[in-house]
Amino acid sequence: MENQEKNHNIDKVSIICAKGNLEDVYAALVLANGAVMDGKEAKLFFTFFGLDAVIKKRMNKLQTATVGNPALRMPNGARMPKLLGMIPGVQKMVSNMMKKQMDELDVPPVDEFLDMITAGGGEVYACQLAVDMFKVGQEDLTDHVSGILTVGEFYDKAAGENAQIIFT
Amino acid sequence: MAQKTIAGKNVEVTDEGYLQDFNQWNEDIAKELAQEEGIELGDQHFEVLRFLREKHEEGANLTIRKVGKSGITDIKGFYSLFPGGPLKKASKIAGIPKPTSCV
Repeated sequence: MENQEKNHNIDKVSIICAKGNLEDVYAALVLANGAVMDGKEAKLFFTFFGLDAVIKKRMNKLQTATVGNPALRMPNGARMPKLLGMIPGVQKMVSNMMKKQMDELDVPPVDEFLDMITAGGGEVYACQLAVDMFKVGQEDLTDHVSGILTVGEFYDKAAGENAQIIFT
Repeated sequence: MAQKTIAGKNVEVTDEGYLQDFNQWNEDIAKELAQEEGIELGDQHFEVLRFLREKHEEGANLTIRKVGKSGITDIKGFYSLFPGGPLKKASKIAGIPKPTSCV
C-alpha cells in the first residue's frame, strides 16, 4: 500500500487440484479460503480425480490413503503398519478421524468450506476434460461450481497482475 | 510497538495497527479505526465486534466460521460488513490481536 508503483503482493491466486485425496483437496480449499479471507481474488479449478471435491455425492466422503502413505501415523505417533492400512474399513476410519480433528480446528466439511469460499467471492470451476472423461453431468456437480472450463478458459480466468497459479 | 492517538485517546498499537491492550478499546476508537478501513460502523458491525471481543476474552481461536455461526450474520454478511479481509479488519476494529488462524 505504501508503495503504489511497485506492488509485490499476491493479489490473486488460481489453485488447481488434480487429486481426490482428502489432504490434497483440503490443501486447495485452505489456500483458496485463506486468500479470500485476506481480500485476495481466488479461483479454484478441479480436474482429474480432484473433481470428486465438487461431485455432490462424493464431496463429503473424501478419504486419505492408508496404503502407500508412508507419513501416516497412529494416534500414538508410531508409523501405521503397512498391512493395517489394507484392512477393509481402516481407510474410512482414519479419514473420519482426520475430519473430526479438522472440525475441532474449525475446518469444515468440503461443502461448507466451498460455501465459505464462495461467500467471500471465491470462484469454483470444473475441468471440461475431466468432466468428459469421467462422464460426469452438470447435475452431478455441486451448485458451487460456476462453470466447466477448458484449459484455455482457465488461463483466461487466471490472468491478471500479481496473479499466481498454484498446483496442489 | 508504537503509540497512537485514536479518538483523543493515547493507545499502544502493534506495527500493523492492532491495539496492544484490548481494555484500552472503546466505541469511539472502533469508529475511528473503522474509518481508516473505509467502514462506517452500524449496529450490526458493533454486534460482531462485541461477539469477537467476548470470544477473545474466553480465549477462543477466532475464525470466520465462528462468526458465521454466531447468529449475528452469515459468512456472506460478514464479508459485506467488513469487505476485503473481514476477520482481520473486524479484529483490528474490535481492538483484539491479529487473528492467527488459517481458516
